[in-house]
Amino acid sequence: MEHITTPKVENVKLLDRYTNRKAASGTLYLTATHLIYVDASAEVRKETWILHHHIATVEKLPLTTAGCPLLIHCKNFHVAHFVIGQERDCHEVYTSLLKLSQPVKPEELYAFSYNPKMSKDNREIGWKLIDLKVDYQRMGIPNDYWEITDLNKDYEVCNTYPPEIVVPRAASKATVIGSSRFRSRGRIPVLSYLYKENNAAICRCSQPLSGFSARCLEDEQMLQAIREANPGSPFMYVVDTRPKLNAMANRAAGKGYENEDNYDNIRFKFIGIENIHVMRNSLQKLLEVCETKSPSMSDFLTGLENSGWLRHIKAVMDASVFLAKAVKDEKASVLVHCSDGWDRTAQVCSLASLLLDPFYRTFKGFMVLIEKEWIAMGHKFSHRCGHLDGDPKEVSPVFTQFIECVWQLMQQFPCTFEFNEHFLLEIHDHVYSCQFGNFLGTCHKEREDLKIFEKTHSLWPFLLQKKQELRNPLYRGFTAYKELQPNTLPFSFQFWCGMYNRFDKGMHPKQCVLDHLLNCMNQKIKLEDNASELENKLPFLDGPLPTEASFLSKVGCAASKTSMLNTPQDYEGKPPPVLTNGISVGDTNVTSDVDQKNKENLANHRDLHLNDKVDVLNSEAKDGKPQHH
Amino acid sequence: MEFSELIKTATVESVLLSCAGQPAVKGTLCITSHHLLLSSCPGGEGQPSAVELWLLIRNVDAVEKRVQNVGWYQPPRSSGSPRGNRLAGSSGTITLRCKDLKVLQLEIPGMEECLNIASSIEVSRAGVQRVGRSRWLPTVFALGLPLTWVNTQPLGCVCTGHPSCQTLWEEARMGFAERTFPAFLQLCSAVLQALSSVDSVMMMYPFFHRPQSLRLEEGWPRLPIEQHFQQIATKTTQWRLSDVNQDFAVCPTYPPAVIVPAAVSEETLRRAARFRQGGRFPVLSYYHTRNGTVMLRSGQPLTGPNRKRCPEDEMLLGSVLDEGERGFIIDTRSAQTAKQARMTGGGTEPKSSYPQWKRLHRPLERGRPLQESFIKLVEACNDASLGMDRWLGRLGGCRWLSHVKAALSTACLAAQCLDREESCVLVHGAEGTDTTLLVTALAQVILDPGCRTLKGFQELLEREWIQAGHPFHLRCARSAYSHARLKQEAPPLLPFPAKKKLSLLFLDCVWQLSRQFPFSLEFSEGLLLTLFDNAYASDYGTFLCNNEKERCLCKVKENTHSLWAWLDQPEERKKYLNPLYSPNLLVIWPSVEPQSIQLWQGMAGAAPGLSQPTWTACSSSACFPSCSRTQPR
Repeated sequence: MEHITTPKVENVKLLDRYTNRKAASGTLYLTATHLIYVDASAEVRKETWILHHHIATVEKLPLTTAGCPLLIHCKNFHVAHFVIGQERDCHEVYTSLLKLSQPVKPEELYAFSYNPKMSKDNREIGWKLIDLKVDYQRMGIPNDYWEITDLNKDYEVCNTYPPEIVVPRAASKATVIGSSRFRSRGRIPVLSYLYKENNAAICRCSQPLSGFSARCLEDEQMLQAIREANPGSPFMYVVDTRPKLNAMANRAAGKGYENEDNYDNIRFKFIGIENIHVMRNSLQKLLEVCETKSPSMSDFLTGLENSGWLRHIKAVMDASVFLAKAVKDEKASVLVHCSDGWDRTAQVCSLASLLLDPFYRTFKGFMVLIEKEWIAMGHKFSHRCGHLDGDPKEVSPVFTQFIECVWQLMQQFPCTFEFNEHFLLEIHDHVYSCQFGNFLGTCHKEREDLKIFEKTHSLWPFLLQKKQELRNPLYRGFTAYKELQPNTLPFSFQFWCGMYNRFDKGMHPKQCVLDHLLNCMNQKIKLEDNASELENKLPFLDGPLPTEASFLSKVGCAASKTSMLNTPQDYEGKPPPVLTNGISVGDTNVTSDVDQKNKENLANHRDLHLNDKVDVLNSEAKDGKPQHH
Repeated sequence: MEFSELIKTATVESVLLSCAGQPAVKGTLCITSHHLLLSSCPGGEGQPSAVELWLLIRNVDAVEKRVQNVGWYQPPRSSGSPRGNRLAGSSGTITLRCKDLKVLQLEIPGMEECLNIASSIEVSRAGVQRVGRSRWLPTVFALGLPLTWVNTQPLGCVCTGHPSCQTLWEEARMGFAERTFPAFLQLCSAVLQALSSVDSVMMMYPFFHRPQSLRLEEGWPRLPIEQHFQQIATKTTQWRLSDVNQDFAVCPTYPPAVIVPAAVSEETLRRAARFRQGGRFPVLSYYHTRNGTVMLRSGQPLTGPNRKRCPEDEMLLGSVLDEGERGFIIDTRSAQTAKQARMTGGGTEPKSSYPQWKRLHRPLERGRPLQESFIKLVEACNDASLGMDRWLGRLGGCRWLSHVKAALSTACLAAQCLDREESCVLVHGAEGTDTTLLVTALAQVILDPGCRTLKGFQELLEREWIQAGHPFHLRCARSAYSHARLKQEAPPLLPFPAKKKLSLLFLDCVWQLSRQFPFSLEFSEGLLLTLFDNAYASDYGTFLCNNEKERCLCKVKENTHSLWAWLDQPEERKKYLNPLYSPNLLVIWPSVEPQSIQLWQGMAGAAPGLSQPTWTACSSSACFPSCSRTQPR
């Protein structure tokens, strides 16, 4: 709070970047956690909330006649362009935001002050929701070949790995320790995913400290143990996800890649995914393209091409498809690494698992996947997302790319995911929001040191509560699809307008199919509940009277007519009139003896005005206001 | 059909058909005058059920043949062995590239059969022309013309059996009487130009297609313009139905009935028509019920280099506006092009003569550039070797999406003038049969909820494209694949008009609207794809010919079935409905930001590169109907 000198500024304009509508005029508030803008010019109170942690950059632009412009770029790709009347006010807001958006000490992060009024027990249960051991059990581990070991319980093997890791049963403690000495930062090969059908495994590690000629017997034994854990295949793949040149350059620093001559029966392969710096610059270029004011089609496509963003997305996807094919079709185990094995490796391993296993395409499964491959295995969220004031060169959109790859898969396989696009966006928001403890710090050890399990809340129960709005209405169920084989030809990748231009509502489809279908499903559930309730009451009554039944069908017709008057909704931003919902007709009039037919009738009529509600949800969801308020 | 005798090999056994995204089928191939048929071997090859392919040969855009085992083939001069032996074991592949962008591969055992089939397809494709030429020869002798004329290109494609050609022969005799070759040639090419391709139309499949479920003459829209007028007449008396064009004398590309201002006399219309290219004087295209403004369309005014004026034309346009009211003229050419058109007799309305009208130039591409853009798009889609950057480069380079954006923006502008500015609008380009119709039709989809129903959309197409004289026959003669040949083969005296992809551009724009407003259109993407297919090659007569006059001449309505009748059958209709449709009475303003415009995968999806593996394709195409089935109904 000590950073806030001016908690309230009046007469602030908020410019709309795309539409030529008149700029909103209102009041700006600074709170301990959010910047809140209240639009006074609109007939309906409209609020824009920006979490301080979401702010990536704040810029003070040159003074204009209208006032002093303040441009805020957010990590969730929200861009807010304010114009503040007084330059002094603007400067104070600016300096406050600079400090608020870049906390120095971890204790300043939102998660440590966020208090959703939840009991201590519930909070602890929340942290236990995702148990990685259960997932290993699901894969059949421990089994004859693999075991869960606590060799790392004091972080002696590797301080960025979790205490419990899965290694081949055949690998002795000496092998593990020996191997860890030969791997960058001690990140030894451990199991990421076991494909139960044929025992082929995806394993991950960091680059070997091979330099130009160094060898390590234990490391060679380790790889042999992994290969032998899959008796069905005479060889295993070792995949280096870096471009060959980068890997070779690393040899000069005593690192590098596996020499095929030193390891028995490995097939070594490079898959050129660029490093975090290239990715950061690429995103920067992409965002510049997205922000261009009314670009021509060719400007946009040229910009998209020059950013290289979709090329990188394709590279990640290609690598994951290679892994999944190797495991499924060639029945071979794969060991994946990049440099440290926490960026590209995490992307590729988690995506390959997603392609192979329908469980990871469910709510629970996706949470497990992120906990397992990203959080537990030490993806440095804190550095990559710039949670704290630190080295800007460590920031990179690695996780964003993973989320986008999942979205690209959703476009190709619209019925295979239990969750929808909003779920991905929610997760992406909270990776940056620091509201929950899950993504704080860089590894398990650091999270323990920060006491996040004692002091903060877990994101997952919070998301599960909102399951209804985050589900995919087209999902065909767990068993409908097994492995996915996505098309990775260039035209199957689309620009994700919903992410990078998420807050430019004018660009999105004006009617949202997803919201509409979600509403239909909710209605259906309500009606089914209603039906079963009525059926339960039925045995206690004498049966329907014919006159009443016909009266009710008339009510149904009347309801449909009034609702027709309300359609179509106005999608230009005005809130639609509040409806006398069909449900209330059902609830008040249909008390005792509606037969199934009449209910279906009503259901039919209600379909017609479901649209109206779509937009209410729509505007709420896209306000830029965090859902938790 | 006479040219059936030109088909060398009619049937071949054990032909393997493969098409991207579908399992290969082995069966018997049969070539008829209009169709290529492939019927799978009953019970053989583990086929679960008999599969039949019916491909209209008119749909074939390009034929490529490749013969395997050529190395084994010995040149005739060095060979003494019997011919059969030499060819045994060889096989050939024919690749058919269709106008609807499908690519079919036929593997044919036996090289000779393969070559025969390929030439039979070519013969059937060009059949009409060949027959014409073979008939031409005796006629030449009968007329006593010098034999050297026989090879004259423009006469090559005339079918003498056609009634409309009788006129040609009458006039040809007269030309012959004058005994001047240039005069005769001029006459022939003039008649041919006028008839464009009427000659070959009546040999086309729709004249032979007789589905059992339909009766002839059923479903042909009865007086579409008259019906449209009836709706307008209930709201205003300022417009009337004119039959000034009853015998197509005033404007050959307009229908017999047109809607014009009530205050303007027939004589004024005739004079105004002389001042507009192709006689396309301003007529009503759309009446905006909400505020009574109207959208007109026409050809360009023939101001010419001397800045000619036409008081009747000025009066006609003046009568649309009240005192002090302002209207907008949307010219679909750039100001520069419109100015240049004066040199060739065209031009645009000068401010001084039309003081109430404000001119806006919104250049829309058409003709060769649009065609090339489409070709490049299809090529890029088919090139599986492209990396991401090259793909994006080629997608941008082909400019197809830019054309989509430009068309949508211009239609929005027209709609904005009507709805927001409450002003009348006149749209024209040069001829007023291409980009003009694109803009007027799209603007109506945006403005008028009636046009967004299945029936309304059919009526719109009938009114704004078919009746309005969009030359479908010329524009859809060739698709993306045959362009390379086109460059070499263009006949010198009867140059192929630049093929345009306007109707496809229109369908793409409507698809963009349907993506941005998924509940507002009653029809689904399936209808747009069906229309795309039928515009190129169809069993139905709906898209035949270039205008109403030709359709009357060919008796299209009497002798072919209407596509609309087919689509209106309940079980067909069901396939084209949007399950999410909910009537929306508002104007649907689309976003034209590049981020909002997407490549229409369904359209390009027919191209092999874009087709998804079948088991995933079913998920994306079938998901909506199937999920709606689970919804409460």
